[in-house]
Amino acid sequence: MPFLTIVFALLFYVATALLVGGLAYKIRQYAKTPAPLKIPTTPAPVTRSGVVLRMFRELAFFESLFKSNKWIWLFGYLFHFGMLLVLARHLRYFTDPVWTWVELIQPFGLYAAFAMAAGLAGLWARRFVVDRVRYISALSDHLMLALLMAIALTGLAMDYLSHTDIVALKAFFLGLMYFNWQPIPEDPVLLLHLALVATLMIIFPISKLLHAPGVFFSPTRNQVDNPREQRHLAPWAARLENK
Amino acid sequence: MADFETPELKEYPVIPHLQEGVMAHSRPFVAKEEFQEQLGFPGELVDNWEQVALDKMKELTGKYRGFQVFLDSCVKCGACTDKCHYYLGTSDPKNMPVARQDLLRKVYRRNFTFAGKYFPKLVGAVDLTKEVLDDWYSYFHQCSQCRRCSVFCPYGIDTAEISMAAREIMDCVGVGQKYCNEIIGKVYKIGNNLGLPQPALLDTLEGLEEEVEEDTAVKVRFPLDEKGADILVVTPSADFFAEPHVDGLIGYAKVFHEAGISWTLSSHASEAANFGMFIGSYENMRKVSLRIREAALDLGVKRIVMGECGHAWRVAYSFLNTLAGPFDFLDPKYPVPQHILEFTHDLIQRDALTLDKSANDDMVLTYHDSCNVARASRMGSRPGGQFTIPRDVIRASCNHFFDMPQDTIHEATYCCGGGGGLLTDDLMELRVKGALPRMEALKQVVEEHGVTHMNRHGYFSRRHGKERSDVSPLRRG
Repeated sequence: MPFLTIVFALLFYVATALLVGGLAYKIRQYAKTPAPLKIPTTPAPVTRSGVVLRMFRELAFFESLFKSNKWIWLFGYLFHFGMLLVLARHLRYFTDPVWTWVELIQPFGLYAAFAMAAGLAGLWARRFVVDRVRYISALSDHLMLALLMAIALTGLAMDYLSHTDIVALKAFFLGLMYFNWQPIPEDPVLLLHLALVATLMIIFPISKLLHAPGVFFSPTRNQVDNPREQRHLAPWAARLENK
Repeated sequence: MADFETPELKEYPVIPHLQEGVMAHSRPFVAKEEFQEQLGFPGELVDNWEQVALDKMKELTGKYRGFQVFLDSCVKCGACTDKCHYYLGTSDPKNMPVARQDLLRKVYRRNFTFAGKYFPKLVGAVDLTKEVLDDWYSYFHQCSQCRRCSVFCPYGIDTAEISMAAREIMDCVGVGQKYCNEIIGKVYKIGNNLGLPQPALLDTLEGLEEEVEEDTAVKVRFPLDEKGADILVVTPSADFFAEPHVDGLIGYAKVFHEAGISWTLSSHASEAANFGMFIGSYENMRKVSLRIREAALDLGVKRIVMGECGHAWRVAYSFLNTLAGPFDFLDPKYPVPQHILEFTHDLIQRDALTLDKSANDDMVLTYHDSCNVARASRMGSRPGGQFTIPRDVIRASCNHFFDMPQDTIHEATYCCGGGGGLLTDDLMELRVKGALPRMEALKQVVEEHGVTHMNRHGYFSRRHGKERSDVSPLRRG
């Protein structure tokens, strides 16, 4: 088995384990930590189904961000939904036979990569141009954008500049999934692209990318506005009553 | 009055450029030993304060999901940076919500996250030092916990939660704020923020009865500690004497009189405000809340109605049932508690009040949505009732009403500058500057519609009233 295949196979096993394990740890932590008081940002829905709708609008349309700042909304939306399509498009490397809907979105996925890169560029530009955003940006904020941008650009490069052997690549990933390793195409752009993606997977649970699970647990968004109808007593708060 | 320049009201709101450190000097008086200890906090900075603070931070991340999630989730997108009235009024970058949160987040990262432990420079993580603590004391007392930032954050991060946690941590290492902690002590000892004992209350209320009778020739009662009344009214103690707050209390009494419903105030629970929230202390907030329960039980009332006060209504609406419930001994037909405006609105709907709108024809009114009523509570049964019910009541009692610009009312309302434990003279500069966005919006309706009065629940600095003699912001309906 070629050396690089072993390196990348192990890298992706480790990255997947850290991503899944790390996220599971954080999600468990969020779920287990009590929310002792009702703090939805009002006006808030008064029913559970209303909250589901509010969360849906937040996730599907970035509702709060839209209210806040149209530029960040535009760039953020381009980036996130571009990336979503790109990720969906990549499912063809992990499924055999390829699911029909994944085949159908292939042509759109390609444009989505440009949207993703454009969104990232806009968000990054704000970190230099707007003095308030410049002030709050740490080195890691720039590096995170650099990483995502590099992933997008190396991906685009393989579409337009230096094609890679995607049949062999698919065999490599299916091999990883079924523990029947196949050699990885030793194409430098591809290897860089994959190394960057693995890096992103590894840092996901220890970085601000935790906003992805975090948004589901945000009490200001996911709580029902019914404090007069129901008490909302956390276990540690209930113990005060027995003192 | 401290030496500072009152900011100029501009024609159009402008997002200022950063001026680093211009508000670093703004810090309220530190609580003396006696005020700390009556709340169970150490009297002065403890020796191993760094460790005590970190232990407390760890404890709070385990007790409050919001605190934990908010510390992890911020991506520094910048959406909140121009949303805080204190940033808009002072230009100090540490008054941008994200930067205020980061004062605490950078310490959290350094001590409790992988990236901050091993790559502190990369993620902007720092150790907890005396300089950091000083920054905390300054800037976590420049947040009025108004939640405007949380409306606009894509993850709903609420800086109020962070500043409450920060204040609790500071209390636990021995650096509490004098204003809040002294006042909570007064509530425990006497029953209200102002320290008015029962005889003083009785005397004041008798005076009000006489005053109203002189004005109207109607004998309107202001009952105190009357067992068997239907309704317990809990109102901010400022209502007992301060101008114009007392007009509010007189209004309540007239409404109860006209409706023919028996009511009483309580000397034991003679305070609607709950400063336990401002210092982020669940225990103290609960203890203050329990006084209302005790008074309701003792007086045998059937309902509880709260007087006007924005942050007070948040604690009452959102937390009272949780902190001091269940209120199964009260009449189940009514929500517990009710806001005085819900109560009044209901009477108006049922035509139970006779209102002469023309008596207010000398006024052109606008309405200031109080931050915590707008974004942290509700009135009525529908979301947004906190916006419609007060306006309905105003429209029912006057002929001339105009709203301020859309992006400064309802959920986007600006803070008065003095809420959340900042209503103290040692923070006057902050309060005046923080009221700038609200004052600019007010100026617009004054110029366009000739508005003469602003109905409100907030606490504006008198300085605004003086400088704008054509407007009396210190008046409530």
